[in-house]
Amino acid sequence: MLSLRRRDIVCQQAVEMVTDYLEGSLSRRSRRRFEAHLRACPNCAAYMEQIKLTIELTGTIEPEDLTPEAKADLTELYRRWRSE
Amino acid sequence: MLVARYQQPMLRLARAYVPSRAVAEEAVQDTWMGVVKGIERFEGRAAFKTWLFRILINRARSAGVRERRHATVEPHHAVDPIRFDTNGQWAEPVEPWTGDSEDRLEASTWGPALQSGLEDLPPRQRRVLVLRDVEGLSCDEVCELLDISPGNQRILLHRGRTRLREILETQIAKA
Repeated sequence: MLSLRRRDIVCQQAVEMVTDYLEGSLSRRSRRRFEAHLRACPNCAAYMEQIKLTIELTGTIEPEDLTPEAKADLTELYRRWRSE
Repeated sequence: MLVARYQQPMLRLARAYVPSRAVAEEAVQDTWMGVVKGIERFEGRAAFKTWLFRILINRARSAGVRERRHATVEPHHAVDPIRFDTNGQWAEPVEPWTGDSEDRLEASTWGPALQSGLEDLPPRQRRVLVLRDVEGLSCDEVCELLDISPGNQRILLHRGRTRLREILETQIAKA
C-alpha cells in the first residue's frame, strides 16, 4: 500500500501518463512525480514494462501476404516503370 | 526492389483509410503510378518513405469514404476502471510479462492477436500506430503526414498502444 501525499499521483493517473512520458512531453514536474510513482509502485512499473514490450512487439508485426493478382499487377507495373 | 519493400507498409496504411482490401490495393497501385509519373519531382528533401506515404494518403483519402469532420469523442481509459480501487490504486497486482509469461509470449500467440487488434482500432488511431510503431516514423513525420497536432498524435498513440497492451494481456492470460 502506498502512503499518499497530496501531490502524489495515483496508479489510475499514472497509466494515463505513460505515452506522454515516453514521448518526452511531460513537464519536468510531472515527469518527476511520474518517475517517483514508478519507483514506489511495482504494479505501475510492471504496467510500464508491458507498454514498452507492446511497442516492441508491434514493431515486429509481419505483413499479410499479397494476393497473387495484386502481385502480378505490381510486377507488371514495376516492369513498365523500369522500362520507361 | 522498391515495390517489394514498400508494398506491405503501403497496403497496411491504406487499409486504415478505406474499408476494403480491394480498394486499398487500388490506392496502392494508384500510388505507384503517381510515383512513376512524379519521380522527377522527388528531390530528396524528404525521406523517400515519407514522400511515398504522402502520395498514398492522398490517393487513399480520395478513394475512401469521406471522414466525418466531427468525430465523436469517446471516453477512453488506458486500463478498465474496474481494476482500480476507490483510491485509484490497482485492486489486484499487475503480473509482469517476464519469466513464466515470457514463454507464453510466443510469436504464434501474439502475432495474429496484435495484427487483428491493429485492424480493429478506430482508423485515426490505427494510422498513427502503423506509422509510429510499425513503420518507425518520428512524431514530427507523422504529424506532417496526417496533418495533426503533436498533442493529437499523442492522444491517438496512447489510445492505440494501451488498447494493444490490453489485447496482449488477454492473450497471455489465456495461454
